[in-house]
Amino acid sequence: MSSATPPADDSRSLTRRTAAELAQMLRTRQVSSVEVVQAHLDRIHGTDPGERGVHAFLHVSADSALATAAAVDRARAAGEQLHPLAGVPVAVKDVMTTRGMPTTCGSRILDGWIPPYDATVVRNLRDARMPILGKTNMDEFAMGSSTEHSAFGPTRNPWDLDRIPGGSGGGSAAALAAFQAPLATGSDTGGSIRQPAAVTGTVGVKPTYGGVSRYGLVALASSLDQAGPCGRTVLDTALLHEVMAGHDPLDSTSLTDDVPDVVGAARNRDVAGLRIGVIRELSGDGCQPGVRARFDEATALLVEAGATLVDVECPSFTAALAAYYLILPSEASSNLAKFDAMRYGLRVRPEKVVDPTAEQVMAATRAAGFGDEVKRRIILGTYALSSGYYDAYYGSAQKVRTLIQRDFARAFENADVLVSPTAPTTAFRLGEKLEDPLAMYLNDVATIPANLAGVPAMSIPAGIADEDDLPVGFQILAPARADDRLYHVGAALETLLEVRRGGPLLDRAPEISSASVAR
Amino acid sequence: MSAISREEVAHLAMLARIDLAPAELDRLAGQLGAILDSVATVQQVAGEDVPATSHPMPLTNVTRPDEPRPCLKADEALSGAPEKEQQRFRVPRILQED
Repeated sequence: MSSATPPADDSRSLTRRTAAELAQMLRTRQVSSVEVVQAHLDRIHGTDPGERGVHAFLHVSADSALATAAAVDRARAAGEQLHPLAGVPVAVKDVMTTRGMPTTCGSRILDGWIPPYDATVVRNLRDARMPILGKTNMDEFAMGSSTEHSAFGPTRNPWDLDRIPGGSGGGSAAALAAFQAPLATGSDTGGSIRQPAAVTGTVGVKPTYGGVSRYGLVALASSLDQAGPCGRTVLDTALLHEVMAGHDPLDSTSLTDDVPDVVGAARNRDVAGLRIGVIRELSGDGCQPGVRARFDEATALLVEAGATLVDVECPSFTAALAAYYLILPSEASSNLAKFDAMRYGLRVRPEKVVDPTAEQVMAATRAAGFGDEVKRRIILGTYALSSGYYDAYYGSAQKVRTLIQRDFARAFENADVLVSPTAPTTAFRLGEKLEDPLAMYLNDVATIPANLAGVPAMSIPAGIADEDDLPVGFQILAPARADDRLYHVGAALETLLEVRRGGPLLDRAPEISSASVAR
Repeated sequence: MSAISREEVAHLAMLARIDLAPAELDRLAGQLGAILDSVATVQQVAGEDVPATSHPMPLTNVTRPDEPRPCLKADEALSGAPEKEQQRFRVPRILQED
């Protein structure tokens, strides 16, 4: 925890505060929510626009955020009992519907759409009275690992503005790393929360499948999609997890269990006696040297703190990527069929056709409204589901899914949590992998198994790679419904690393200012 | 060697209702061929005896009481419609002429 409290008018230090600190300062009325929200809006305006701006946000909702903040300040002054995070601002990934606020999923086909309803996650944020700063950039319909597939232009990595912030949730991760927001929401279908967290030096959690409602989360692959929290610290992420999670009758796959005590777990730093399983298939030669080095150091720290390392084999994980890139496109091709140009979103009339049919309008609209990656995956999924190929592709992939679940079950017999690097490399350069879809897909090799099996997983910053001075992510995986274990081990490791480093990793990030983004 | 022909891509695009330009067909045929060659390895992993898994968690059917409850009003449901008429979605014709 930080020591001195800044003067209330020091807006720069307000944006560098953790959500837990801001909550405490609001509760004790050292600062108002309006001041906190205004400081973040100023930061967004100073660092997001411009030729080389971070471009984390697709839409900034300044007026409604300030209105929520003012209402919280009035309620607090009147002595009302408020949620602990009331007045702490949050950014929302543009894949979640927001009533009265644009929701595009990074796609031209939804440009200008204003949903008439809130996603349950958004409803939960509003019920906690957290001001929503805006909607964050993402790969179109969450398909991608770099945010370059956004129809509205890429987000830049605050560590190096010429590099990708990861994807699909690059906007949320970059907003945190650029101190534009203390908290953000994400969705993770194959790593879209964890890989952006890894390459931006932030924290992200994919909860157990069904732990957070998918109602209003625009579906990519329904059996893999999971909404989750993003933060700069493990405790902040746990605080947001608690707000987002819980049973939702509007989502038929929502778990009915109580939310695990993730906040309590994030305050437990004792790992003595814990069995940490290192996944051999994900922690070896496929990683960049600096990623491997930081990973090995982090596991060594856990051992010094009393944990036991166990070598774990998950042989089926080597087939996870192939299975995922059949299951995901198959489900996506079905889910995205709803964008038919009839009820909402873009409608394009085909050129040179007099009085076109609905089908012709639909085909012209989807040609104009979807980007390359979305078209690639819809057609791949249509192929994998077509008669004659179904058993060979989709059917085989579903069998691999069974094997991956069995590997996890066996691994968790001998280990309390499993660990691996989150991504095999640090952030690559914008444009580097855009024309090579297969190379892009390899970023997800370590994050995909958790989605196929439904287990929860977290990425926390492990340090900086020597060869390029860029952040490295450390992944922790736990059995289904044991999300609290992620926070327990994640918070312990975060503390061990910070003690060794002498502070948070993001203190090492280069300063971004309106001058640096204007160049 | 591409596993998928330009004609197959054109047929799939028709099924998926995406009106692809000729240049897109050429590019996609090459890319999809490379992706399919790569993911085809899934066929060699699991034996006959391995059951398929379609979902990560055991699912049970969920129902709610059959009672009226608030829902979107007509103007809210129509608020994003590309065209509307008399409280309805106005759509292009759905039948062919002939």
